Amino acid sequence: MRRFRTHILVFLAPAVIIYTAFMIYPLCDSLWLSLNNKTAFGQIFVGIENYLTLFRLDKWANPFWNALRNNTIFFVIHMVAQNPIGLLLAALLARRVRGSSIYRTIIFTPTILSVVIVGFIWKLILNPAWGISRSLLASIGLAGLDNPWLGLESTALVTLSLISVWQNIGIPMMLFLAALVRIPEDLMEAARVDGASPWTIFWRIQFPLILPTVGVVAVLTFVGNFNAFELIYATQGALAGPNFASDILGTFFFRTFFGYQLQPADPYMGATVAGVMLLIILTGVLIYLFGWQRRLQHIQY
Amino acid sequence: MKKAFWLGLLLLAGFGMDRAEGKVQLIIESWRNDDLKVWRDTIIPAFTKKHPDIEIVFSPTAPTEYNAVLDAKLKAGTAGDLIACRPFDKSLDIFNAGQIVALNDLPGMENFSKFALAAWSTDDGKTSFAVPMASVIHGFLYNKAIFKQLGLTVPKTEKEFLAVLDKIKANGKYIPLVIGTKDQWESATMGYQNIGPTLWEGETGRKGLIDGTAQYNKGGFLAAFEALAKWRPYLAPGYQALAYPDSQNLFVQGRGAIYPAGSWDIGVFRQMNPKLDLGAFKPYSFDDKSQIVVNDHPDIALGLNAASKNKEAARTFLAWVATPEFEQLYANALPGFFPLLKGDYTLSDPVAQEFASWRKDNPTSFRSSYQILSRNANPNNENDLWNACAQVLNGTMTPQQAADFVQKNLASWYKPQQAR
Repeated sequence: MRRFRTHILVFLAPAVIIYTAFMIYPLCDSLWLSLNNKTAFGQIFVGIENYLTLFRLDKWANPFWNALRNNTIFFVIHMVAQNPIGLLLAALLARRVRGSSIYRTIIFTPTILSVVIVGFIWKLILNPAWGISRSLLASIGLAGLDNPWLGLESTALVTLSLISVWQNIGIPMMLFLAALVRIPEDLMEAARVDGASPWTIFWRIQFPLILPTVGVVAVLTFVGNFNAFELIYATQGALAGPNFASDILGTFFFRTFFGYQLQPADPYMGATVAGVMLLIILTGVLIYLFGWQRRLQHIQY
Repeated sequence: MKKAFWLGLLLLAGFGMDRAEGKVQLIIESWRNDDLKVWRDTIIPAFTKKHPDIEIVFSPTAPTEYNAVLDAKLKAGTAGDLIACRPFDKSLDIFNAGQIVALNDLPGMENFSKFALAAWSTDDGKTSFAVPMASVIHGFLYNKAIFKQLGLTVPKTEKEFLAVLDKIKANGKYIPLVIGTKDQWESATMGYQNIGPTLWEGETGRKGLIDGTAQYNKGGFLAAFEALAKWRPYLAPGYQALAYPDSQNLFVQGRGAIYPAGSWDIGVFRQMNPKLDLGAFKPYSFDDKSQIVVNDHPDIALGLNAASKNKEAARTFLAWVATPEFEQLYANALPGFFPLLKGDYTLSDPVAQEFASWRKDNPTSFRSSYQILSRNANPNNENDLWNACAQVLNGTMTPQQAADFVQKNLASWYKPQQAR
């Protein structure tokens, strides 16, 4: 019989202990909370009743579906704006234009700024009283196009999504760039010798080779967006106005769990909302793992 | 370097000695960290002059963290002797949990009106658990220079008010009415709850909501939504995206003429622009409601920690807080916060004095949603009012829709409203 290798346990222990104490335990505790509720006799186990309440009672279901719909729009805007533009920027930078490292740094800068600062800056830029958006539009004769973007139900969510895209575009760009520069130059050179245009080279050689990264970026965007909270909170406050037009799951959870102004906190329903968020994110990640990642071919250069 | 260290140690020892001489120390918990200087320089010296044996330490927490910090401290038994209490449910909860004590027998409590005590009393009004310190009053602030330039006089009725706004609008240089809807609460607090009490006849209407005889979508409460909707044409361009600090700045910089206000703004504006020629007028009357009602909202009180080891000294201090001397000191140090004790006060700030005079000459009430009605988490009456009032000003809800929405949500959980 082989000797039990104690050192494996010793080496695993720090990560396992820290991860259990700070991630797994709180997660399970939160899920447990969502299966309980407060009654006159104290906290009791109610099974999935909170979840049924969330989906069935209008007063919970309406704000929940509203938040989920808004969150989906938020995610779709990231998928159609942030990731393709990130890919485009990465493709341009991979061509080693002059000063590309400067562009790279500039585009990545907003990502490392605090969300609170980003929210504040954009609130000022778009502010109808002191913002520069009005005078900028006026200088090209389009003053009529200026709107209180963050104050209208029709535009608030899209505006916030685009602010978030502006801030986070550096991440897909960096990931795509890292994948693109790993592709050996010989492949592209051979294609060029065969007379392929840069457009063909990109779609026929580069893009298929970075497909794994496309998947990773998509799943990172998905997880990030359905966990989003800070930007909306910093720009619109916990009520995510106007009329909850920019309310996403994160802000809905915050109000429910912690309460707001005179609204008392409801940790049980709050944990239920968090449980549904976990379920949504888990579903998305599983679809990615089984639907996408398994079918990928990994190519060794 | 070393010398400084020993000197410091000596000083510390000195402080320790001081305490050992039999001085009782009282610690005050509060969210008013802006008032640190006022307590240190004005209020505490005035008290210790009379009671040299009691030492007061004012130990505030950031306003947004106060509830959580206080809760944790009370549970751990480390909270101070005296607890600043927010009005209504937040304080009622800690009283029901036995963390602060009843103060019915405190000398001086009889000098407060029932109305002032309501914010810190049990639902039946029989037990009070905190000494009221100050209230805030709603009304309108205006820029005197602009009024003079355009030859305007202070409006008293809704008709005059709208006529004044029309004139400012026609002139085109200034924003007639400075209020934004982005943060939502101003629409409800400085709009609806400012002009509303006159229409719902103050306490009659407010108590009617609580016992179920009045509804948000009928009578005065509906009329208040309709009156609020009339403000729409006079707001700043892009007001839907203007936040509270934006409105404050617009008004202070002289870009707007009239500002629906909470009295706390007086102190803020005095600091932001001491040169601003500030004037104030009270909520206007209506054709069918000539008697105005002023919204005099209880804001802060002081309670006694049930776990305090110095209850006798704490009661001595609380009894002093219930005297006109304290109220006068506090109100003068913080223009815009008004004494709740019956009596005559002269305030050094003329605009604050103007605000104070309204409640002497008119009946008063407070915000309709604060007592009992906002107890439910979802739907929450206060949040609904913010949303509905902001939407009325944004034009995305008619007054009737707004009123129906608020009423429907209230009736969805509040029993006395369900039978109707």
